[in-house]
Amino acid sequence: MRGKGHRLAAAGSAALIATSVLAGCGSGDGGITINVYKYPQENFQKIVDRCNDQADGYEIVYHKLPREADGQREQLVRRLAAEDDGMDVLALDVTWTAELAKAGWIKEFTGRAKSEVEDGTLETPLETARYEGKLYGAPDNTNVQLLWYREDLLEGLGVQPPKTWDEMIDIGSRLEADGNDKTPGLVQATGKQYEGLVVLYNTLVSTAGGHILDEDGTRAVVDDGAVKALEVLKEFATSDVVDPSFSNAVEDDARLAMEGGKAAFMLNWPYVYAAAQKVESLAPNLKWAPYPSIDGGAANVTVGGINYGVSSFSRHPDESFDAVLCLRSAENQKFAAINDGVPPTIEAVYDDPEMAEPYPMKDAILETLKNASVRPRTPAYQNVSTVISTILSPPANIDPQRTAERLRAELQDALDSKGVLP
Amino acid sequence: MSHALKTSDETAEPALSPKAKAALSEGKKAERRLGLLLCAPAILIMAAVAGWPILYSLWLSLQRYDLKFPDRTEFVGLDNYVTVLTNPYWWNAMWVTVLITVVSVAVELVLGMALALIMHRTLVGRGIVRTSTLIPYGIVTVVAAFSWRYAWTPGTGYLAETVAGGDPVLTEKIPAIMVVTLAEIWKTTPFMALLLMAGLALVPDDLLKAAAMDGASAWQRFTKVMVPVMKPAILVALLFRTLDAFRIFDNLFVLTAGSQGTSSVSMLTYNNLIKGLNLGIGSTMSVLIFIAVAIIAFVFVKLFGTAAPGGDGGGRR
Repeated sequence: MRGKGHRLAAAGSAALIATSVLAGCGSGDGGITINVYKYPQENFQKIVDRCNDQADGYEIVYHKLPREADGQREQLVRRLAAEDDGMDVLALDVTWTAELAKAGWIKEFTGRAKSEVEDGTLETPLETARYEGKLYGAPDNTNVQLLWYREDLLEGLGVQPPKTWDEMIDIGSRLEADGNDKTPGLVQATGKQYEGLVVLYNTLVSTAGGHILDEDGTRAVVDDGAVKALEVLKEFATSDVVDPSFSNAVEDDARLAMEGGKAAFMLNWPYVYAAAQKVESLAPNLKWAPYPSIDGGAANVTVGGINYGVSSFSRHPDESFDAVLCLRSAENQKFAAINDGVPPTIEAVYDDPEMAEPYPMKDAILETLKNASVRPRTPAYQNVSTVISTILSPPANIDPQRTAERLRAELQDALDSKGVLP
Repeated sequence: MSHALKTSDETAEPALSPKAKAALSEGKKAERRLGLLLCAPAILIMAAVAGWPILYSLWLSLQRYDLKFPDRTEFVGLDNYVTVLTNPYWWNAMWVTVLITVVSVAVELVLGMALALIMHRTLVGRGIVRTSTLIPYGIVTVVAAFSWRYAWTPGTGYLAETVAGGDPVLTEKIPAIMVVTLAEIWKTTPFMALLLMAGLALVPDDLLKAAAMDGASAWQRFTKVMVPVMKPAILVALLFRTLDAFRIFDNLFVLTAGSQGTSSVSMLTYNNLIKGLNLGIGSTMSVLIFIAVAIIAFVFVKLFGTAAPGGDGGGRR
């Protein structure tokens, strides 16, 4: 009964589906169409074309999802809930694996598909594609943040790039004390109420050795490490080196402030490197270092990126798995890294000589990836993320103990699907 | 319904009823059957597109039903209502919604009345004045909301730079609610003005002239003559706008997406239903909104005596 209603809803939902289904039925040689749904990636069509050249008996068609992660997820989950069979391969944010796997919307990778995906893929990205010990995705690209800094400013002070948050704040204030308008000593990070704040907090929590949820993702723990992370975040947000618009900054705001010469430090993804090469004043001075830690050890940076999943409702699962293996092949990952700037998930790609020029920070990325942390793994991740970003915003108002208590209570409600999502 | 309606019914009754009774002949009955038959498709479609979803969401609201946890679906009675009605996010959203509704409708009424008077009295370029007033209402809300968003974004927006001195107003609760209310007022004042202008057309010129002859000032003519005559039109305009404003979603979705506690009840419902995939809690919220809207409509129709649209002129006096 319900399934029928959902299918009806799906039928009405978009002409797009209809056209893609029609295209599937109508291709002249009776071939199979594999519909790939992915965010708009500039040169992805070229990868699709390359795969179509090698494909045996099917044709991949690239459908663009919305640009923003929330919009992508919304479209995917709505259609999956309606058991829409017009989607075959889905590009999934690393945080969605648990949700879609638990709901039974994506297929497990087994046999040849599984062994080929696991072969040579970096462990941390692979970890993001697993749920309850099974593999549900094939890592396409990965991402970790680095500490970006202005070499000229640090040389002026005669200091090395900071290893900890305290050092970073300290260097910032020295630059400020030194200061004229050219050295405001500001630190840029993503503090707006959105996923970027959750990424920042998750990095701090696992660097402090803490946990937000337990291993199974069924209980909210918010332990001492998580409280320590709250303290660091609050200290940073209320320090005088933080950008006044920190509580409203997303990745691009941070990048623009850095490019505008307003900052000495920035915690951001590697994409900023390519963008900065177009800014003459910044390009020669922009350098990178590992993300700052809390006590001087290595930071456990939150891993981002995209995995390919295969829809449970796909009518051509075998061809879909085959298409996934091609789309994420080492060759194509290198192509995407060089042309679209997304870090590969296959370790060998980093050693390719062609990577050296567009990816001078590849060693730092690789090293950071080895210690990287994954975000809480639960089907209710969307709710968990919303609760965290709501409670932590604005970061300057954090009261570590009380905020931790609130997190514990509201996260538990979210996990039990009892709470109201803010 | 209203007092006026009753009297007109009573006076009409003696003249009509004997005729009506006598007329219930075979032919009339057949005509009535045909009438019902002709209405039936519309009634069936309404039941299918409006009735069924309402019943279905009522049913869903009594269940623990989260698409993320398909194996945990169960009947929980009124638990979801307890959860929602004891939740601070829900009440915050309710107050935000009520605040936006009350402020925007009140301001719109005043502005709309002023605009209606201007449009009514304009002698030159009447067409151009009326058309240009209606432009904001003609722009797609989401498009307009985007232009508001950019206008209030520091760096790119002229309003953020000039009025707010470069502050990101959309990221703080109270300023953001003010901006949303302003966008709402800007968009729908023309609609209010249009409805009020229709009401103004009801005011007989003779009445105004007579009042002027009796020495009533302009203000007295407005409050003692025009407003009472326009009352039905004003109430219909208020009812429409209140219901509309209470369901505010699109403006808010684009401007703040409900962050920093600026969610309206519709925004919160969307977040739980579509984003959170929690059909139980989300349906509970939509049922509560449905009840709230029904209460608003009831208050207007029963207590203020607003005529239903298409009703026979409510109170023409």
